[in-house]
Amino acid sequence: MGANAHKSIYTYGYRRSADQDAAAPVRRPVVVVGAGPVGLACAIDLGLRGVPVVLIDDADRIGEGSRGICWSKRTLEILDRLGVGEKLVEQGVTWKLGKVFRGDDLVFSFDLLPEAGHKMPAFINLQQYYLEKALCDRASEIGAIDLRWKNRLAGLEPRNDHVRLTIATDDGPYTLDADWLIAADGARSTARDLLGLAFSGVTFEDKFLIADIRMAADLPTERRFWFDPSFHTGQSALMHRQPDNVWRIDLQLGPDADAALEQQPERVTARLKRMLGERDFELEWISVYRFNCRRLDRFVHGRVVFIGDAAHQVSPFGARGANSGIQDAENLAWKLAAVFNGEAGSSLIDSYERERTQAADENIAHSTRSTDFIAPHSQAERNLRDAVLALAPRAEFARRMINSGRLSVATVYDSPLSTPDEETFGGSARLGAPAPDCPVRGRDGAASHLLQTIPGEFTLVTMKNGGAPDAPAGVRHISIGDDVADCDGLFAQRYDATPGAAWLFRPDQHLCARWRHADATKIAAARDRALGKPA
Amino acid sequence: MSPLKTQSQFADPDAAYVALVEARRGMSEEQAAAFDTRLALILANHIGDLDVLKEAIALAKAER
Repeated sequence: MGANAHKSIYTYGYRRSADQDAAAPVRRPVVVVGAGPVGLACAIDLGLRGVPVVLIDDADRIGEGSRGICWSKRTLEILDRLGVGEKLVEQGVTWKLGKVFRGDDLVFSFDLLPEAGHKMPAFINLQQYYLEKALCDRASEIGAIDLRWKNRLAGLEPRNDHVRLTIATDDGPYTLDADWLIAADGARSTARDLLGLAFSGVTFEDKFLIADIRMAADLPTERRFWFDPSFHTGQSALMHRQPDNVWRIDLQLGPDADAALEQQPERVTARLKRMLGERDFELEWISVYRFNCRRLDRFVHGRVVFIGDAAHQVSPFGARGANSGIQDAENLAWKLAAVFNGEAGSSLIDSYERERTQAADENIAHSTRSTDFIAPHSQAERNLRDAVLALAPRAEFARRMINSGRLSVATVYDSPLSTPDEETFGGSARLGAPAPDCPVRGRDGAASHLLQTIPGEFTLVTMKNGGAPDAPAGVRHISIGDDVADCDGLFAQRYDATPGAAWLFRPDQHLCARWRHADATKIAAARDRALGKPA
Repeated sequence: MSPLKTQSQFADPDAAYVALVEARRGMSEEQAAAFDTRLALILANHIGDLDVLKEAIALAKAER
C-alpha cells in the first residue's frame, strides 16, 4: 500500500525444481512457507542442523519498504549463531538511548543496556530488507536449504503423519508432501486460511502513519517519542534512525483518519514539514496501519506449525513482532531437528507451542498496555494518561508508568523442559531464559564471549574445582577454568557461580538445569527432560 | 482479611477533609478532575500495593 518510490532492491529468479516433474509427489522432511526474516531464520537454523528444508515464497524479490527496523539483543544473538550477527551489527545503527517528550519537553529518558560485557548490543536499527538479504545470502551457502521463489502455497491437506501441499508456479501447480509444514507466511497467512483458523484478540481503532524518509540530519542516534507535540497536536509521534540516512517516523492519526487520503505524498510531506522544519527530506516508504494484538489459540495443528506473524500479531511499539518471530523460529528449529534425528519424539513440538504461546501472551500483554497508553480509548482514559505525563517531571513513579513501548526482551520459559532448581541461585541467569552473555578468554588467550562457546547444541558448563562432573554422551562440555577463563569475573557474577557448579544449556542457549553439585545421572536426566522424554 | 483500611485513619478527619476541599477551592470542574486524577496516582503509588489499590477501586466503583 501507499506511494512508494522505493519498490524492491533485490530480485531472485524462479527456477523449476525436479520435484515438479516427479511422477509421484516427493516427500520432504520440512517445508517452510514464507521467506521473510522468520521463515529464513528457521530454514537456516534447520539447515545448519542438517535437516533438509524446502523454503517457498510467493514473491521473487525483497525490499518493499523498511518494515521491521528494530532488532533486539536476543534476536541478534540468534542471528549471530546463524552466522550473520556481526555483519548486521556492523551494517545497522546501534542505539540504546530512548527519550520521551511531553509536548516539546523532555520528561524521561532510558538506557537499554547499561551493563557491559555482552557481545551484542541492546538494539540495532536496520531495514528489514537488509536483514532478509543477509539471511538469503546465508541460506544460499547451506546445501540443505532449497529456496524456491515464486512458489505459492495453494492447497494444504493434512494427513496422518504428513501434509500434502499444492504449490502454484508460473509453470503450473505441483504436489509436494512434507513431514512438517512450517507456516511463516506472515499476518495474512495462506496456510492459516487454508486450515480455516481464526485469530482471537483485539484490533485497535487508531490509525498510524508510518513514513520512512531519507534525510541528512545531524540528530543523535536515539529513539524519540512525543506525546502531544506542538507539531502534531493531540497525537503521538515516534522518530528512529536507520542506516543510509533513513529515518522512521510514526505519527498517530486517530480513529477517524482516512487511510487513502493520509497516504498522499503531499499530505504526508506537509505533516512531516511541521515536524522537521526546513530540513530537506525525500519520502521512501509510506503506510497507514491499524494494529492488532491477537494470536492463534494453538500454534501446532498436527504437522502444521505456525511461527511469527502467521501465529501472532502485536503493535509495533516495543519491537515485539519480528523479534518474537525469530525467537519462535529458533525455539522450533532445534526441536524439529531433534525429532528429525530421532533424539526426541514428535511430542517435543508441543513444548514449542507451550513456550511460544507464553511468549506471545507476554508480548500481546505488553503491546496492548503500550497501545492503551499511547492511544487511550476515551477522554476519561486520556485524562488519566495525561495526569501521568503531567506528574512525570516531578515524580519518578510517574515516569515509570509512561509507556511508549516496553522494548522486547526474551521470555523466561515456564517450561516442563526445565529441571526445577534444587538450590537457590542469585545472579541474572534465570532457569528457562537465554544465557546472559559475558566475556570469556580461550586457552589461546583469544577474547570471546560465553554465547559463542555454547552454540547450537546441548552444552554443559561447569566451574573448575570442587569435583565438577563430566558431561554425558551427546552433551558438549565447557569448563570455566580449563577450556575458557572467566576473564572479567562476570560469569561468576551473572551465574552466581561456585566451585563445582554446573549449568546445562539447550541448543537454543536457554538454561534448562543447574546445580551446585551435579552428577552424570542428574545431567543426563535433565537433558532427557529437555528433549521431552518422560522421566 | 481485607487489606484495605476503611476505618478512619486520621486523628482529625475534619481537618483532612478540609485539606482536600481547600485544595480544589477555585478550581473549575475540569481542573478539579485533573487534580483528582493526579492525586489518585500519587496516593496509589504511595500505597504501593496492587491488592489494596484494586480493593480501593472496587469500593470507589460501588459508590458510583
